[in-house]
Amino acid sequence: MADYSWPEADRRAQIGARPARLDGPVKSTGFAKYPSDQNPSGLLAAKILTSPHAHARIVAIDTSAAEAMAGVRVVHVIQGEGSEIQWAGDEIAAVAAVSEDVARDALRAIRVDYEVLPHFVTEEDRDRAPGARAAGERAEGDPDAAFATAHRTVERTLGMPQMAHMCLEPHGQVCSWDGDELEVHASTQAVSTLAGQFATELGVPASQVRIRTEYMGGGFGSKFSPDRWGIVGAELARKAGAPVKLFLERDQEVTVAGSRPSAFARIRAAADEQGRLVAWDSDSWGSGGLPGTGQTPLPYVFSRLPNRRTRHTSVPTNLAGSRAWRAPNHPQACFLTMAVLDDLADELGLDPIDFLERNLDLTGRPDTYREQLGIAAEMASWKERWQPRGRTRAGAVQRGLGVSVHTWGGRGHSSNCDVTVHPDGAVEARIGSQDIGTGTRTIVAQVLAETFGLELHQVRVSLGDNVYPQSGPSGGSSTVGGVTASTRRAAQDALREVLVHVAPRLEAEPEQLLAEGGRVFVDGDSSRGVSWREAAAQIGGAPISVQGRNPGRGRLISSGVGGVQIAEVEVDIDTGVVHVERMIAVQDCGLIINRRLAESQVYGGLIMGVGYALYEEWIPDPVSGRLLNADMEFYKLAGLVDVGSLEVHMMTGPGYDERGVIGLGEPPVISPGAAISNAVANAIGVRVPYLPLTPDRVLDALAGRGGPA
Amino acid sequence: MRPFGYAAPATVEQAVGLLAAEGSEALAGGTDLLSLLKDDVERVDRLVALRGVAGLSGIELDGGTLRIGAMTTLQELRDHDGAIAALPALAVAIDGVASPQLREMGTVGGDLLQRPRCWYYRRGFGLLALTADGRSMVTEGDNRYHAIFPTGQARFVNPSSLAPLLVALGAEAVVHGPGGERRLPVEALYQAPQAAEERENTLAPGELLAGVEANVAGSRSAVYEVRQRRSLDWPLMAAAVTLTGSGSRAERARIVLGHAAPTPHVAAAAGDVLSGQELTPETVAAAADAAVEGARPMSGNRYKIQLARTAVRRALGHAAGMEI
Repeated sequence: MADYSWPEADRRAQIGARPARLDGPVKSTGFAKYPSDQNPSGLLAAKILTSPHAHARIVAIDTSAAEAMAGVRVVHVIQGEGSEIQWAGDEIAAVAAVSEDVARDALRAIRVDYEVLPHFVTEEDRDRAPGARAAGERAEGDPDAAFATAHRTVERTLGMPQMAHMCLEPHGQVCSWDGDELEVHASTQAVSTLAGQFATELGVPASQVRIRTEYMGGGFGSKFSPDRWGIVGAELARKAGAPVKLFLERDQEVTVAGSRPSAFARIRAAADEQGRLVAWDSDSWGSGGLPGTGQTPLPYVFSRLPNRRTRHTSVPTNLAGSRAWRAPNHPQACFLTMAVLDDLADELGLDPIDFLERNLDLTGRPDTYREQLGIAAEMASWKERWQPRGRTRAGAVQRGLGVSVHTWGGRGHSSNCDVTVHPDGAVEARIGSQDIGTGTRTIVAQVLAETFGLELHQVRVSLGDNVYPQSGPSGGSSTVGGVTASTRRAAQDALREVLVHVAPRLEAEPEQLLAEGGRVFVDGDSSRGVSWREAAAQIGGAPISVQGRNPGRGRLISSGVGGVQIAEVEVDIDTGVVHVERMIAVQDCGLIINRRLAESQVYGGLIMGVGYALYEEWIPDPVSGRLLNADMEFYKLAGLVDVGSLEVHMMTGPGYDERGVIGLGEPPVISPGAAISNAVANAIGVRVPYLPLTPDRVLDALAGRGGPA
Repeated sequence: MRPFGYAAPATVEQAVGLLAAEGSEALAGGTDLLSLLKDDVERVDRLVALRGVAGLSGIELDGGTLRIGAMTTLQELRDHDGAIAALPALAVAIDGVASPQLREMGTVGGDLLQRPRCWYYRRGFGLLALTADGRSMVTEGDNRYHAIFPTGQARFVNPSSLAPLLVALGAEAVVHGPGGERRLPVEALYQAPQAAEERENTLAPGELLAGVEANVAGSRSAVYEVRQRRSLDWPLMAAAVTLTGSGSRAERARIVLGHAAPTPHVAAAAGDVLSGQELTPETVAAAADAAVEGARPMSGNRYKIQLARTAVRRALGHAAGMEI
């Protein structure tokens, strides 16, 4: 039975190369049509009315004035009289009209009477939380005894707030019905699984729901389901008998379409005289809106720490429920852990890298981390430039260095891919998975080209459509492993079929043949060969079409990666303003398909990381229960001039490549919060206990004032 | 968007006549007013576009007098070599409007009279953000970007980039109205409203800001803004200073804070500390302390006192050309 593998290093033409992303030109010129760019003829615009109250009961709702307005086609009540609203921004009603302006005007004409109820939105104050509930306690070893005999102990209360996904293309879709067949151009991370969810809600067979996402503008874990606005959009289109575009307004996108849970913790950690971690005790809490939140993995990375106790409290708030945010729970766990370890290193009088190295046996990947810490330290000139905490220069601007380590899984998801070889030599792949901007289209093409010995422009990739073979959602850094494995298996099988047809002509066995450089030839005697086109012509009149699947045979993928990041910051101690000068990222992700895109993933992680380390947070108003910064004015994202110099080193070669392909979307976004916080502590001599590191929090820490701003 | 009328007068007289009608609002660059209308925060019956009104834009440097028409765009002012050479601090203030689009479309008059960025006001809770039973949402809520010198019920901050500098310079505003032209100090354009129907500026119905005029000779000015991000961001605090006198001696000092109070905040005591004094680290520190005397921070904006002190020190240092 055939087996599957990646080519050896010296035979790789595409794998590990740096081709630019195939859709770069159409995206940068605007020719790429995103779901929100779809404008079928007869299109109606839909908008959603949301609750201004964080907790309320709907007493009455009157849509008659809206229904009577010129240009209004359909008014649809989502939550009617008697409904209890649990967060500001929850959907009440929707309107489809001839234009966005008319739809917005119609929303204003809908009268809703609310009975306003008490709300709670400030979860950092756990003791005041009405619905706080214990959500897990674990212990291992004897932490109390270990603390009692430890050489040094630190205790800190740390935290980071909820923040938004802030997708540049808001959530939404364009729905069109043809009879009882529905077509949805959705901005989604889950093309292959969406149809069933639409179908169930709408009462039509899943086979009559078509989902298309050729391009989409960001998800970060928040776009896996049709959502209420998806179903409502389809209902409006059905009632109106016309296509309906429904994309969230920016304030809705920030408020209800995705947030990362907060995480707070009181943590004690202790070490012995050799700088070995001996005890951990953490009492954590957090909120992911109404559902509360589960426990973050503490202690992070150093999970074999011998004597440990963790407790967690889930705090429900009157805010929209959180969604998976790039590496769910890890950035929080990383910040909470690495900040405490960094403070403990300072307490021990140790260089933090030295301290981490002394404890690497408590991690799952000591060798990887040791190698990565060495490389990162070298890139940062750490040995020459790192100094113990505190002011090291005259003037207001102080510099500091900080380090953090992280881990992630990243195993490829379930994926099917059809590969077809046509008699004229054309090669194409069809795969359901979407390209959420990470370069999926390009890497599938690279695997095809590699397998058939062709150039990228000689292969064609069609993706992001549920008529193509089922292939997993883009989540958990699982896409690259899933799609490259299914594509490789299909391509290797299809090639074997071609070679069976070619072999007689070359008077060789199929197993002796190679496809490289646009030719098929006998291994060891390249003069005995034919062009790819001639080879393909041997298959007869009909194309060869093969489906590849993941999981399957052969070691094409695996999981489990490590990464190390170092941040260098400048802190103005008279204003509390932090600027990131430099981020260094050393990252392992097994076999790299495309170096350029892999580095791009890491750059993106660092940029997003600087954002949440310095700027991004939900600011819920205790008085009204609404978010005060549901906009792009005071919900601050990092701009290009804010992110400093980004330097990326990918671990490749022996020890890494043979592990196969592992996902990369998530790991690089985990460490920035911790590394930047540690760099600030190094620069100013005190820990700023909360992220983001805003001037008020930095000045409070410098003034010896704890507590949230 | 609610329907509204639109008028495009050609003369100041026509504009004044149109603006006198209730519900009329002047439209300059439109970078903010149109958003306020779309968001239903403000409502108008008629917009009176000033772009076509003769005589409202242009820059004149006449000896030591700088005259700037209200409809001059921020970028036109930034590109005027004469004005920038005469008053280099203008460059800092304009560059603080960190987006090229806003500088190209936004006008000097629009910057001076722009509405507050207070997030309660922007969410429809009104300029004073009072609850139905009269409590302040600002003091009970999140006030991290609000005033450290609140005035009565007004707790928002004036967001103008140019106002602190113009007030420090002692510039005059030229206002046209039904009764003709009147001139007033730029700081007199502003007030802290105390009732829901009051505005944060003092223009009467029918009045429009035609321009500003400042004497830029014989003084040194500087602006320092504390801003969290280097990319597009509002200052958390700003200070403008104007010093007369030469060398390290200040005959007279005017110190004005932006983003500190509902109006540009003239820190008179701080100016007095320096008047007739040598600028030294000690006198500058004393002025910075005096600038925040009487500050009444709320639950979440105490840090802005420190920012104000720093901004004053750094602005003074830049104006005097010395390391402070």
